[in-house]
Amino acid sequence: MNVSDNIASRNVIGWAIAAIAAVVVLSSTVAIVPETKQALVVRFGKPDTVYNAYRPNEDFGATGAGVIWKIPFIDQITWIDKRVRDFDMERQSVLSTDQLRLEVDAYARYRIVDPLRMAITAGSERRVEEALRPILGSSLRNELGKRPFASLLSPERGQVMDNIQTRLNRVARQYGAEIVDVRIKRADLPDGTPLDSAFNRMRTAREQEARSILAEGRKQAQIITAEADAQAAGTYAESFNKDPDFYNFYRAMQSYRMTFGTDGTEAPGSSNVILSPDNEYLREFRGRR
Amino acid sequence: MQIRAPPGKGTVFPPIRTYNDRMNDSDSSGMASRPMLNEGGPWGGGGSGGGGGGDDGNPWNQPPRGRPGRGPAGRSAIDELLRRGRARFGGRGGPEPDAGRIALWAVGGLLLVWILWTSSHRIDPQERGVVTRLGSYATTLEPGMRFSFPAPIDIVTKVDIEDIRVKDIPQGGGNSQNLMLTGDQNIIDLAYSVRWNIRDPELYLYELADPDETVAEVAESAMRAEIARVALNDAMGPQRSQIEGRVQQRMQEILDSYRAGITVQGVAIKQADPPAAVVEAFKSVSAAQQQAQAYLNEARAYAQQLGAKAEGEAAAFDKVYAEYKLAPEVTRRRMYYETMERVLAKTDKTVIETQNVMPYIPLPPAQPKPAQQQ
Repeated sequence: MNVSDNIASRNVIGWAIAAIAAVVVLSSTVAIVPETKQALVVRFGKPDTVYNAYRPNEDFGATGAGVIWKIPFIDQITWIDKRVRDFDMERQSVLSTDQLRLEVDAYARYRIVDPLRMAITAGSERRVEEALRPILGSSLRNELGKRPFASLLSPERGQVMDNIQTRLNRVARQYGAEIVDVRIKRADLPDGTPLDSAFNRMRTAREQEARSILAEGRKQAQIITAEADAQAAGTYAESFNKDPDFYNFYRAMQSYRMTFGTDGTEAPGSSNVILSPDNEYLREFRGRR
Repeated sequence: MQIRAPPGKGTVFPPIRTYNDRMNDSDSSGMASRPMLNEGGPWGGGGSGGGGGGDDGNPWNQPPRGRPGRGPAGRSAIDELLRRGRARFGGRGGPEPDAGRIALWAVGGLLLVWILWTSSHRIDPQERGVVTRLGSYATTLEPGMRFSFPAPIDIVTKVDIEDIRVKDIPQGGGNSQNLMLTGDQNIIDLAYSVRWNIRDPELYLYELADPDETVAEVAESAMRAEIARVALNDAMGPQRSQIEGRVQQRMQEILDSYRAGITVQGVAIKQADPPAAVVEAFKSVSAAQQQAQAYLNEARAYAQQLGAKAEGEAAAFDKVYAEYKLAPEVTRRRMYYETMERVLAKTDKTVIETQNVMPYIPLPPAQPKPAQQQ
């Protein structure tokens, strides 16, 4: 039983060892370069070849990605991202020429276009970012600091960004990187007094607006009322002026009825009338002569 | 499942027991060989399939290709050995050959399953399958049942290109404010969302390190640049849709310049309000607008009322005057008497004959007078 066991297992072991050996040899002689990475082969510590290096507007599938051969234990591969990467700048406080402070968040997008140079000068993408970040910050401060606050918000910002990008690119080239884009993500007033005073300005502006709207409304209302009065007066005059004397009598009669509450309204006060027999109304009382 | 011995090869229970004993006690080499064989197959493939490339992916290329060819040869060699062993030791040798064969069958079976599993792909209508062959982009699979080389030679990444993703800014919503400076140096609290989908799966996978985050940052940048060009009132009201359109356009331009392979489907401003700190003042403006409108309404109502009253009175006078002109004296008298009659009928009257009497007038106690009506 044991003998057969051993023979069988020895055979299996043999296969296993062969497989492991094949795996080890393969893994040390072959590497797969994915589309998203550039491979820098370092031979005896000296950079030798770059596979799948970035070229603008290349077609995928024909970029150099795929299987590469290397000499085991001699060639070492450094992987470098081929994609567009981004790094955020820390929040910067920027002072405009008119002494207004602005908190700026910016980001830059870059890609490694020269892996060899990058590997020599920086070593890794992270180190490139660390090198570029302060430069982005300082060029942002410089560029924005040359301008009045209002223009930081205006379309002119595009030109500012281009200047910063050019400036940053000059440094990035030294690291084998290319700045694809620099953009201001946020530009805010700092918390505290500047923000509060901005709020206050907005508030008072609104209050002013509210008051002027009210005043304007009142004015319009008065005009409408006055026009109506004038028109009514015109209507009255046109009608009554046909016979002022009769109008006087007619209106007096109306007025009496109103005053003494005989036109269906409630009289405002009680009335006592003391009449002299000489009164026009009582003249007939005495009998005509 | 594979432990179960094939029928007709001795009894089921004893073999299994012996097999287990051997595994546990004596022969450690036999134990080692079995996991090893397993690792050569599905384990290795699984490792590289999950890893998706990189250095350790390639060693496992070998097993899937090489194994099926060599498998039968290995099996027959072992069979040969086992047959010899069985001949020498009679029936007692039965269980061991079974164990070896089972292991090989298991490996072969798993390998087959692995190949079938990783080489056939069901691509749904909204998906595209991006195939990388040994790391290099090979092709893009259209919807349907598609086949590729098994992993890890071909690795298929399914990308949903129809699904419209929505990015809300500020992220997470809630009651956090997203303050922006407007062109007239006011501050607006803006919340919006961006809808986007993948136009080009290869660009999407290979061009940007973090496409989703890029969309968010580009959106923020484009929106702020746009808001910085318009006045607060325009941003809150009438120009919203134009702003949305321009932000979408600007985002698309930026993303295209990154070769992101992304289409911005739309930008929707969900909320454009004054900041919480000044919202009261903004409310007072709309209150003032309402109040002004109320003033105007009152004035108009008064005007209409007054106009109608004037016309009515004038018309009444005209009618009476027309009659009066026909018989002036009589009409005048009649009106006079009618009025006096009605007035005096309702009042207390005192007629004083003598000129010398000092009249005593019983005035009622003073009362607040109601406003006089006209």
